Amino acid sequence: MTDFVQLWVYLSATPLFGLTATLATYALADAASRRLGQPPWANPVLWTVLLLGTLLTLSGTPYPTYFSGAQFIHFLLGPAVVALGWPLWQRRQQLRQRGLALLLAALAGGLAAAASAVLIGAALGLPGDVLRSLAPKSVTAPVAMGIAEQLGGVPALAAAMAVLTGLVGAVSGGYLLDALRLRQPEVRGFALGTVSHGIGAARAMQVHPEAGAYAGLALGLQVLLSALLLPWLAPLLLRLL
Amino acid sequence: MTPATLLRGLSALLLCQAAGELLARALHWPLPGPVVGMLLLVALLNWAPLRATVAPVADGVLAHLSLLFVPVGVGVMVHLGLIAQHGPRMLLALVLSTWVGLAVTALVLRALLPSVQPNVHPNAQPEAPP
Repeated sequence: MTDFVQLWVYLSATPLFGLTATLATYALADAASRRLGQPPWANPVLWTVLLLGTLLTLSGTPYPTYFSGAQFIHFLLGPAVVALGWPLWQRRQQLRQRGLALLLAALAGGLAAAASAVLIGAALGLPGDVLRSLAPKSVTAPVAMGIAEQLGGVPALAAAMAVLTGLVGAVSGGYLLDALRLRQPEVRGFALGTVSHGIGAARAMQVHPEAGAYAGLALGLQVLLSALLLPWLAPLLLRLL
Repeated sequence: MTPATLLRGLSALLLCQAAGELLARALHWPLPGPVVGMLLLVALLNWAPLRATVAPVADGVLAHLSLLFVPVGVGVMVHLGLIAQHGPRMLLALVLSTWVGLAVTALVLRALLPSVQPNVHPNAQPEAPP
């Protein structure tokens, strides 16, 4: 038994632990999700995060120890965003024709998400720095942190809000869009990418290749629009409150 | 996919990312490097030999895109204390605004794309009789 404990103490402190735990848990969650027919609630990211979070908490493993292994997976986010250029290139003709419509939808949706977050938060009595951290939640986490910092929010909180927004959109978005009778894959994908960035795009990719491509485009557009517009729109909105 | 395709394709993606980081920093663009890299890749894919190596690798990476969000997600769960302080109110604002954003984006886009054929979504429920 002490041998086992020593082995665990050793293994859990090496990068091997974080990497193996992440991959193996995700493979398990992904297999379960496929077997269930990939319903939105069986989102593999959601369940992997819940399982790993519980494992870390129960075993008392600090997050930096876990991340020393998981960073190898985390790092691939960069090349993956670059790879989104491939589905975009395949649809370049169509995107050029629909450019204006897509830009307007991204603008309207991004603003609606940010403004409603700030307004609802203010109505519920949340303090200013929390509101400032909520505003960029529809942008992918690393960018959201930068924008929140510019606005005077809390970067770590902004990252958490962005990830949660991604999960909420990926898990509940399909049901909402069904209820609104919005069925075109490009419309569904674009909405998911606009509001729930990469996690929404990953969900869209899982459901339909067309939806995935539009979600990838939406995610890029949202980064662009938010980075350009939020730093001066959010203070304006906060001053009006 | 040959072993060389994997190597070259991954290298191409990383080179685009690196070029994107450099451009964004040098020109003080408010865009993250990978997004600039994505735009670069779209331009470069017009070159057929690059397309042949990048396509299979990009498809492979994107098929498991959601796996890449697990490390950040676990960080959020472990740091739930930050959220717990304002807990339910913050979550309510977050969930409601996510739905508002989704509905607005999708409705605006549908209104602006009248030419789109009513492509039936695989996960959508069948249309109710009128």
